[in-house]
Amino acid sequence: MIYQDSKTLLEVRGLCATVSGIDILKGIDLTVRTGEVHAIMGPNGSGKSTFAKLLAGHPAYALTGGTIAFEGSNLLELAPEERARAGIFLGFQYPIEIPGVANSQFLRLAYNTLQTQRGKDELDPLEFDDFVREKMKLLEMNPDFLDRSVNEGFSGGEKKRNEILQMALLEPKLAILDETDSGLDIDALRVVAGGVNQLATRDNAIVLVTHYQRLLNYIVPDYVHVMDGGRIIKTGGKELAVELESRGYDWVSAEYKTTARATA
Amino acid sequence: MSVTTNTSYLESLLAGQPQLPASPLAWLNRLRADAVDRVGALTVPTTRDEEWRFTDISPLTKAPFQPARSAPRLELANIEHFILPEAAARLTFVDGVYAPQLSFNKTGVIVENLAPGVIPQGAMLAAHLGRYAGFQHNAFAALNTAFLQDGALIVAPRNAVVAAPIHLLFVATAKDTAAYPRCLVVAEAGSDVTVAEDFVALQEEAYFTNAVTEIAVGDGARVRHVRVQRDSGKAFHIANCAVTLAQASRYQSVSVAFGARISRYNLNVLQSGEGMECAIDGLALIADRQLADTHTFIDHARPHGVSRQLHKCIVGGAAHAVFNGKIMVRAGAQLTDSSQSSRNLLLTGKAHVDTKPQLEIFADDVKCAHGATVGQLDAEEVFYLKSRGLADAAARNLLTYAFGAEVIDRIPIASLKHRLEQTVLEQTSVES
Repeated sequence: MIYQDSKTLLEVRGLCATVSGIDILKGIDLTVRTGEVHAIMGPNGSGKSTFAKLLAGHPAYALTGGTIAFEGSNLLELAPEERARAGIFLGFQYPIEIPGVANSQFLRLAYNTLQTQRGKDELDPLEFDDFVREKMKLLEMNPDFLDRSVNEGFSGGEKKRNEILQMALLEPKLAILDETDSGLDIDALRVVAGGVNQLATRDNAIVLVTHYQRLLNYIVPDYVHVMDGGRIIKTGGKELAVELESRGYDWVSAEYKTTARATA
Repeated sequence: MSVTTNTSYLESLLAGQPQLPASPLAWLNRLRADAVDRVGALTVPTTRDEEWRFTDISPLTKAPFQPARSAPRLELANIEHFILPEAAARLTFVDGVYAPQLSFNKTGVIVENLAPGVIPQGAMLAAHLGRYAGFQHNAFAALNTAFLQDGALIVAPRNAVVAAPIHLLFVATAKDTAAYPRCLVVAEAGSDVTVAEDFVALQEEAYFTNAVTEIAVGDGARVRHVRVQRDSGKAFHIANCAVTLAQASRYQSVSVAFGARISRYNLNVLQSGEGMECAIDGLALIADRQLADTHTFIDHARPHGVSRQLHKCIVGGAAHAVFNGKIMVRAGAQLTDSSQSSRNLLLTGKAHVDTKPQLEIFADDVKCAHGATVGQLDAEEVFYLKSRGLADAAARNLLTYAFGAEVIDRIPIASLKHRLEQTVLEQTSVES
């Protein structure tokens, strides 16, 4: 939702990045304010997942230009864990399996780490158990998933629910959800989207990175950005997503090239 | 006494042997005498022996270990930390000597000190004792057999089910002692037992443990075998375990090695009947200048056998882990289903692992898979945890712990599992 009195959370200017010497991002500008839901769409290889990971501090990408400010501070100086503690959350496209670590143990460790950071009390295992079970109801998750190893043997949909469960526990200011809809059947999509909608407030913001429009039927974006070739080439409202669904991405690229030539 | 050659080292160990009381069983006396002969003929292996290529045990031969003539009398309070509350029986050995005051048996089956326990069983055990752990070409098994006196005898009669674990606790207390624990587990047809061998130290001293375990699993019987080697970091630990699996029997083993300056565990599993199933898992977690060597041999000699093996090493400091896992599928062993995985985590630049999965197949209708990986922590996994706010060290510790916990998790004794998980957690925290 767009609010008049919102605060700027994220300000990205001219962001350029490479991986293994190849230019992936070629000048991204994006501003996200509290209360807003942004969707970043684009064809495969357009750089949208790279952008998402870069915001969370993934070490594989080398930054070659531009700035990122989060609540006015330079995000690029922060390690991934510091970004998480500052309130940035990345929902992974492919959540990592960690055999041998109970999901409950992992969730509690992450939760308590952030609680400490925020000057609040940690929860002991029993208190946490009650707390996390409440949050799991939001995502219609079976409590058995607490006792299993982190993401190990989870179906695609279960992994994504577990990601959103982490978002629910960690209460980030900015949640970047990378292809959260991939691998979900329609029922799971509805549940996961419902969870995300309940977590959206006027004090936080959500950036959805997605290839398909169908997620946006459930989580309605305020802004839709189209990425291609490492740039945001078009920004519009939610109706842009519908248009992309029926017409594909090619026309946007063509339009961008025409404009680029005209201004050159 | 100066030790000049390998042979004289073995002889010096033998010479220190307290006069063992002769057994009323002629076959047992003969077994020991044969073993003494073999000790005289064999030498301590060196790195020139293929089976010992990566494991130099010459430091062992420089130390003057002698068997304890009597063990210090320990109280329950001394071993409190190692007690398994769920155990239905415990046999405790202090520096290799049986400690009856720290032992009990509520299982209803035979769980006794070996040499005296064998006597009333007579000829029945002659078919088992010393029959699986061959000592013709194995100096350490020969030495152990020559010293065969105190140890564990477990006999589960036909269809006996012992739900709670039997705890065999080997406590080292004294410097420079040599202990020769011996175990014989006979699980008769249809029986079901869980045995935990647990090697612990009360002090950080140099001593030598040379253990031999033989396990005979009868038709349709099931044995769960846990082996925990948490010796002193200065100790030497050499162990041979031989398992024979009859028709449709099941054997599940989890062995972990945390301690010892140099340790070597040989586990030989022979499928002697059709349709056996075995799962053999191992974990070595070592640091500093420790060396942990595990050699396993699964011999699929009969059809329809299933074997699963996961062996993991977590190597820190300048430590060295060795894994040699041989799986033999003999010509008659059709429809064998076997998988083996060796996974190794190196925590430092100086840590070192030698892993050698070996598959030898002589049957044509089998399913076999094996593989080995050696690496450091996965960068994506570290990033995942850091993206949830965990500090770099915390993320790495948790992943290292998890790597080991996958094996620990398979220990079928809850209290032991929990305690070892704590040990792994503490040890991995120290590493970073």
